[in-house]
Amino acid sequence: MQQPNRLRPFFENITFDREDNEMIVNFGPQHPSAHGQLRLILHLQQEQIVKAHPDVGYLHRGMEKMGENMIYNEFMPTTDRMDYIASSSNNYGFALAVEKLIDVTVPRRAQVIRMMLLEINRLISHLFWLATTALDIGAMTVFLYAFREREYLMDIIEDYCGARLTHAAIRIGGVPLDIPDNFIPDLKDFLDKLPANIKDYEDLLDTNRIWLMRMENVGIISEEMALSWGCSGPMLRASNVAWDIRKEEPYELYDEVEFEVPYSDKCDNYARYKIYMQEMRESAKILYQTIDMYAETVKNNETELMAHAPQYISAPKLELMTQNYSLMQHFVLVTQGMRPPVGEVYVATESPKGELGFYINSQGGPYPYRLKLRAPSFWHTGILTDLLPGHYIPDVVSIIGTTNIVFGEVDR
Amino acid sequence: MRAYKPKDDVQKKSYYTDRYWVAPMVPKSKVEDDAVFAADLEAIKAKFEVSDAYIQVEQMVVYIKAEDNLGVLKLMKEELGYTQLSEMSAIDWIAKQGQFEIFYQMLSMGKRKRIRVKFFIDQKQAIESVNPLFRSADWAEREMFDMFGVIVNNHPYMKRILMPDDWEGHPLLKTYPLQGDEFAAWYEVDRIYGKEARDIIGPEIRESARVDRYDTERFSRLGFEVPMGAEPKAKDAEETPLAYQEEGGVFMIDKFEDDKTEIISDRKR
Repeated sequence: MQQPNRLRPFFENITFDREDNEMIVNFGPQHPSAHGQLRLILHLQQEQIVKAHPDVGYLHRGMEKMGENMIYNEFMPTTDRMDYIASSSNNYGFALAVEKLIDVTVPRRAQVIRMMLLEINRLISHLFWLATTALDIGAMTVFLYAFREREYLMDIIEDYCGARLTHAAIRIGGVPLDIPDNFIPDLKDFLDKLPANIKDYEDLLDTNRIWLMRMENVGIISEEMALSWGCSGPMLRASNVAWDIRKEEPYELYDEVEFEVPYSDKCDNYARYKIYMQEMRESAKILYQTIDMYAETVKNNETELMAHAPQYISAPKLELMTQNYSLMQHFVLVTQGMRPPVGEVYVATESPKGELGFYINSQGGPYPYRLKLRAPSFWHTGILTDLLPGHYIPDVVSIIGTTNIVFGEVDR
Repeated sequence: MRAYKPKDDVQKKSYYTDRYWVAPMVPKSKVEDDAVFAADLEAIKAKFEVSDAYIQVEQMVVYIKAEDNLGVLKLMKEELGYTQLSEMSAIDWIAKQGQFEIFYQMLSMGKRKRIRVKFFIDQKQAIESVNPLFRSADWAEREMFDMFGVIVNNHPYMKRILMPDDWEGHPLLKTYPLQGDEFAAWYEVDRIYGKEARDIIGPEIRESARVDRYDTERFSRLGFEVPMGAEPKAKDAEETPLAYQEEGGVFMIDKFEDDKTEIISDRKR
């Protein structure tokens, strides 16, 4: 506790401790490099960190509680607000968990559209990551370029679902809409330009002296530490673990597309940066393949977009308008909500940030009895406790940058 | 007569349930159906008591005793290759049986398998921290304590994580209302202005969909705007056009004219 007097004024943010020369600094909760409301309580010896306490919860909205008081379909737009940089991947994770619970299979065209959305979201998220991290390190040009490309992708998403940030583009049992006519030509235009764009970023950053000094051999997460802290996604792959849920536990049509899982044994910030860049190329590769898969569904005249499970999912419009019983079921589903069977399910998907898991415990009611959202960023923030000590203040910014945490997801 | 509302579970309830309706079950299969899970279960059974085990939605669920949690997880990590604790938390069964159910969601990357280890504890019972095995339990256990009030022994930093340190109550309990309790309604007033200001300010309104057309400090009616805090316009008042702007205009801002706008159909990429 500070005891201010005339010689020792009161500092709101800093505590000086004369005896051991340790200084305690609040990094945030309003720090621009914290990418949200992160308060880091740092104990410093000169400029070196000896102890770090990440303090989270400034964006806590109680999503799990809200989920327990909402019908399943009602919760879908709320999932957008978790990882709001790539919201379709949250929609998808929740939809997949409920689909496993009620055991429905999604029509093939919906699967293809879902994969397109997921990969576009991955690209959006990675571009956003690159832009903000580069900006934190001081590379303004990369920020402008990456945001430009992200804008194109957001336009494409907007053409599909009408929203740019909170998409709610996926429904339980499929997707609400077919893709618009200009979607695939636009996407192709973008993808054709993307390799040159990624090369531009890499030309600017790869051998940039400042970038290397801030990234190389900084923030080293050993394999053991990454596993112990529950890291996932690029954080884990940069620590020499080639684990990608899309590859290892394939969902949707990921077992039909060809892509590589980049990983690195360097374990530092720079390795993470390279993995993000490589993953963008892999996403583009997957997107090219999904375009062909979509053309195939058109050729085979597979037009269904929602699964057929009348007691859980509303029947198609034609049936609602022609069959009385379908309409009655639809009314019950809209007003009371679907009632999944009694049981529980944990489904993990590979979101751009890592393993996004949804644990649902259903007691047969229209509201989930317990909903646990496993957000990757939560643990990627927790690891700062062990990762930061030993580093210097400027490293904090680059380490937070490469962990790619989003506070909508950390606090939920 | 007022409708009966159970006090031990104040969460939203379905307003209508067919009295003859029986909820179906998510199918469970025997552990023997999967060779990998069967071997894992044998290894756990050899050292610890397992009360129930089955496979549901591709994952094995194992019920153990509460005091074995650290031992079972150690065995799974060191001998069975379940190197990651993806998630752990609690489920509130207090209304039904006065217990919490704790689950640990384990992942083996070598086997590509997931196991959920579960056990029941009494309402006031503490569990042992698995933080020495998995650092991810550090934050997960703190979150569980924050949300349910389950105490974890030998945890390095047993404090609230998402809610403020001086919060009262545990929000994910079924007895905790969605909009927050009495304490939540006064929390910010007490902290910012002090308890003595309660009469002046009043409790925080925590209803998310509340709209009050007479409250012109927080709400405004489109087309019927008045200055902040002024009396609202009468019901039959004339609507203010959309192009409304202060008399004499605003520096640097052009007046918005409704009839001169156009919608661009082709966004050039």
